Order: sequence, then structure tokens, then C-alpha cells
Amino acid sequence: MEKYLYIALFAPLVSSLFSALFTATPKKLFTGIIGSTLIGLSLFSSLVLMIHIAGGGEPIHLELMTWMATGDLYIPFGFIVDQVSVTMMVVVTTVSTVVHVYAIGYMDHDKGFNRFFSYLSAFVFSMMILVMSDNYAGLFIGWEGVGLCSWLLIGFWIHKESATWAANEAFIMNRIADLGMLVGIFLIYWNTGTLQYHEAFEAFKTLDHSTLTMIGIFLFIGAMGKSAQFPLHTWLADAMEGPTPVSALIHAATMVTAGVYLVIRSNELYSLIPNVGLFIASLGTFVALFAASMALVNRDMKRVIAYSTLSQLGYMFAAAGLGAYWVALFHLMAHAFFKALLFLGAGNVMHAMHDELDPFKMGGLKKVMKWTWIMMTIASLALAGIFPFAGFFSKDTILEAAFAQHHMVIYGVLLFTAGLTAFYSFRLVALIFHGEDRFKLFGIHPHEAYRYMLIAMSPLFILAIIAGVFQNGFFHMVEEILSATEYHIHSHVTVWIMLLGTQIFVGLAIIYAYKKYARGGITVPDGTSEVEQGFFYKLLINQYYIPYAYDKFFIQSYRKLSKAFWEELDVKVVDATVDGIAGIVYGTGKATRGMQSGNLSVMLRWMVVGVVVLLSLAVVYALAVRYSGNLPGVGV
Amino acid sequence: MMEIGLNHYLVLSTILFCIGLVGVMKRKNLLMLFFSTEILLNAVNISFAAISHYYGDFTGQMFAFFVIAIAASEVAVGLGLLIVWFKRFGNVDLDSMSSMRG
Repeated sequence: MEKYLYIALFAPLVSSLFSALFTATPKKLFTGIIGSTLIGLSLFSSLVLMIHIAGGGEPIHLELMTWMATGDLYIPFGFIVDQVSVTMMVVVTTVSTVVHVYAIGYMDHDKGFNRFFSYLSAFVFSMMILVMSDNYAGLFIGWEGVGLCSWLLIGFWIHKESATWAANEAFIMNRIADLGMLVGIFLIYWNTGTLQYHEAFEAFKTLDHSTLTMIGIFLFIGAMGKSAQFPLHTWLADAMEGPTPVSALIHAATMVTAGVYLVIRSNELYSLIPNVGLFIASLGTFVALFAASMALVNRDMKRVIAYSTLSQLGYMFAAAGLGAYWVALFHLMAHAFFKALLFLGAGNVMHAMHDELDPFKMGGLKKVMKWTWIMMTIASLALAGIFPFAGFFSKDTILEAAFAQHHMVIYGVLLFTAGLTAFYSFRLVALIFHGEDRFKLFGIHPHEAYRYMLIAMSPLFILAIIAGVFQNGFFHMVEEILSATEYHIHSHVTVWIMLLGTQIFVGLAIIYAYKKYARGGITVPDGTSEVEQGFFYKLLINQYYIPYAYDKFFIQSYRKLSKAFWEELDVKVVDATVDGIAGIVYGTGKATRGMQSGNLSVMLRWMVVGVVVLLSLAVVYALAVRYSGNLPGVGV
Repeated sequence: MMEIGLNHYLVLSTILFCIGLVGVMKRKNLLMLFFSTEILLNAVNISFAAISHYYGDFTGQMFAFFVIAIAASEVAVGLGLLIVWFKRFGNVDLDSMSSMRG
């Protein structure tokens, strides 16, 4: 079994290094093919491990080598494959394989084809380190690795200024959060003397409540950055500047869920501090609603999906915060499948529409893009939580968990958000695929994506439909290590009312979206209609003015501070000192250059001067030695 | 009649050394430069021998012999170079020897 662990972990690395060899050369199809094959190998190994673990096998725990061993600190390169990490491994490798194959088609005409595959595989490797590590230090390395790869991939089109800006924004926001996480890790080491999960969890039981709260909060700050929770959420929407396969893999399915993974992995910590858990749940609920509201009006296809990702991450945190860790993990898995599918579908649409992102300029695409239409509709149904698709099982369980724990506010908000989710998802589907062919006004001739791209998407398509059937098996697998509470509401009638009520509510939202946007007569909004003049529309389309506020308060003042430091401190003090020293050296050199006349006679005279100077020094020294007894301070 | 002691030798040595030094600094003829160098070396030899005698230690005198031997070989090489130079350029003026100037 260890063999499979190594293959699962290192195949992506090999893939990345292999593609990296060709980054300076023109497009080579085989980098994509070999990369996809190696990631597929990793998927296969992960599935073997999954079958092993799901079949009741022992978790695999091994130490590759010692990483740090100084004094009491001992951190190995240790890896663990247990119920949680194997789930993550399968999710990551499944989506990665699909995205790799899909990207062969999507990046078909891109000059950076080989480079793209190198980065993409490097991301998978970092993500595998993150989920497989058996200690917080290794997790942090993976955490930083995915951050780096995310930066590389958001800014993949380096000639686009908006892309590089978005990449930097994502990186810097994550750095801020990572500082919090690092403090959390330091606190863990400080208080327990170890970073190994199982040892630290044992030690947590003896720590006092306030210390645990501190650790929990600081770790969660790291999770907030990676999973783009309020107030560090602005980077995720801007990260859509990257290529669409990247959005599907990193900013929907895997990296952004790392924060949820961290909370799930540290479940033994968070179950000791339910007050922090409640905070996490409340924040998650808030973000679910907050992000969904922004998705309602946005006119950028990818941003709508990004906000929906944000909203779904909120659901996951709500579940994890309430102690329903397995529900959070299950929703993470289901969400990865249908959200990646949605993004890849959006990628097909973008390809067809020549990178047009405004759904108001599309319409009627279902005639030319039948399969993309079907896939995106199913993915949206799954996202909305309609029976019997994947989202129904996971999302409904989150609602049940909130209800069963009597957190009625959280339940109410999440239920309302489910309606919003259905509305904005189908607003998008209706605008893109139904109604009149508005794209004709812009002279675009859309075409369906390559066949193998559609085939590559099909595993996600199938999983988005059937992932719900894994619920029971999944529950029994993870109940060994996650505090597995099945959420039973005592009265069957209540359960049925809730289920049906939710379904009807969501269904009505979908019908309303179709009614509003699938009809004819939709025009491209030009900012003059009554709705667009409304206060709420302006608030939402401007993302609650948060990016403006950040720009005004943080970026501008930081820029002013930097400018002041540059002009006052750097130029006038640091530069002046360094330049002064250089000036002295240069000046003396220039002044004494005349000595080197090349004339033997002159040089001999200088030699004599040198001898005299040395002799005088010797005399002074000798005198100093002789009288040192009488001179205090001359200790020669 | 005054007894001739160590100081006299050292004064002689110093005077000779100064003469040699002035020669090194002032003369522009390479041959004269060699002479001045010889004067410098022999000034040192005198003080070596005198101090050696004063302390009754033969090390100084032995060192003087070494200096003489080195000086002889130096002159041998130097004079050879000087003759070659003279044959090629027709003079031994120090100011003209600046072909190594950077």
C-alpha cells in the first residue's frame, strides 16, 4: 500500500518537472498527454488507497525522512492516509485529471502550453502534500506551495495587467492570513511541544480553554484567507483572471477548500472549543448569504460562479463550525465535482464566445452547444440542491444539522441562501443558453468545444449526478475519526416538510429565474434601466463597495506610507549613506590616481614615502610599548 | 684621540643610507640607480657588521654576506637588462621607461 502512497504523491511532481523541461520551447502536445497520464496514475493510486481505507483497512502512516530535528523539535516528512486525507486525495486527483485533460484542449492555442502544465502539476503536488502531511509543518509547506502555484496560475497571462494585479492580490491576501496560521502553529508547538497531529490532539485535552481558543482562532485566520472568507474574500473573484481550467481546479474544487480541510483536520481541537466553532459557523453562514447576494447581479459569468464558490465555502464552514465535520467534508467533495464541471462548462462557453464573459451578450447557445448546456444545467441543479443530484444530499444535510442543533438563524439564512443559489445559477444558465441569439449582434459564431474536452468532463458530469449515493458509505468510512453524528430530527413529519419545503422553495427560485431570463426581449443592460439605478443593485454590483474601501483605506494609505519612506528614508538616509561611502572611495581613487604615472622615478619616491610612513608607525608603536605602563588605556 | 664606537658606525650607516635614498629619488640614470641601491645595501651592511661586533654575535655578519651575495646577483641581472635596454633604445633614462604604464 505504501507504494501507492508514493505514486499518488510523487507522480504529479514528476509530471511538473517533466513539463518544466520544455517551458522555453513551443507547444509540445506530449507534455499535456504525459502530464495527464501521470496525474491519472496518481488518481488511480488514490482510488486504490480509498478502496483500502473504505474497506476497513488500517490508515497508512509513514515517515519518508527526518526534516528537522533540533533539540526538542522533531518534524519528519511524514505522510498519513486516513479517512479524511484519502477523501481529499481522491477529490483532488479526480478533478486534477479531468482538468489536465480538458486543458489540453482549452490551452490549445496558447504559447505557454508547456509552462501551464508544469504549473498545474506543481499545484497538484503541493495540494497532495497539504492533504497528506501528518503534521502542521508539512501542511503549511503544502499550504504555501498551493499559494505559490495559485499566484503563478492566476497571473499566467503575464502580459495582462489585470491578471498580474489579481495574482498579487491573491498572494498578498493569503500572506496576511498565513501569518495568522503561522502564529497558530507556533502556539501549538509552544504549548504542546509537537506538531504531529495525533500527538498535538492528545496534548490539547490537557490545555486550558483560553489557549485552545487562541490556537483555534489563529488557525482559522489562515483558513479564512485560503478559503476566501469575509473579510479576505475579494481575491477570489479577481482570481478569475486566470485561465478557466485553473479556476475550476484551484479556485473552485481544491485549493479554496483547504481552509475547510484544515478545520476538519483539526476537528479534535475545534470540538473542544465550541464557542469558536459557533463563530466559524456564523461567519460561514454570513459569507454564504453575502456572496450569494453579490452573485445575483454580477454580469461576469466566471465571477458569478466564483461568488457561488464563496457561498458554498460558507456552507462548508457553517457545517464544520457546528461540529458536522463529515457533512462539511461531504459537501466539499460533492461541491468539487459539480463546481469544477460548472467552471469547465463556462470555459467551453468562453471558448465559443471568444472570451466574452457577459451572459447578457450570449443567449440561445443551447442550439449549438447541446452537451455543454446539458452539463451546466445538471451542474446547476446539483449546485441548487435538487433531488437526486449531488448537492441535494450534502446541502440538505447541512440544513438538517443546523436545524437539529436548534440554530434557527443559521438554518433560516442557509435556507434562504439556497433559494438565492438556485436563482443566480439558473439566471446564468437561462441567459447563456436560452432566449434569443443575442450574440449575433456582436458577430460571433459560437461552436461546441472539442469532443475530447466534453469526454474529459464526463466523469465530473456523472459524479455530479450520482455523488449522493456515496453518502452512507462515506459516512461509515469517516465516522471512525470524525465525530460522526447522524442528524436525526425526531419527527418524520418535520423531516418531510423540511425536505419538500426546501425543494419547492428552490424549485420556485429556478422557475422564477427561467421566467425572468429565458424569455425573449432581454437586452444588454446599459446602466439606464430602473433596476440598475436602484440602491441595492448598485450596492451589489459594486460588491458592497468593499474593494473600493480596501483600495481607499489600505492600498492608498500604504502607498502613501511607502512613498514617504521611499522619498524621506530611503533616498535621503539609506541611499545618501551608501552613495556617500561610494563617493569617498571613488574620490580618493580619483585624487590618488596621479601616483600611478608609470614613471619609475616617481614610483620610487612614493616607495620612500611609504617606507618613511611605516617606519614612523613603528617608532610610534615602539614608544607606545615603552610608555604603556604610564599611559592608561594603551594596553600594548 | 676619540675611541671609535658603535654610534660612529651607525651614524656613518645612516649618512650613507640617506645618500643612497636621495640618489634613488633624484637620479634619472638607471646605472646611477644601481649605484644608489648598492650604497643603500652597503649602508645596511655596515650597521649589521657593527652591531654584530658590538654584541659579539656573528649572525649579523653572516647576514651581511647574504646581502652582498644577493646584491651581486641583483646587479648581474640588472646590468644585463640595462645593456639590452641600451642596445634597443640608445639610452638608460628612467623617464623613458614607461611602456608598462596602464
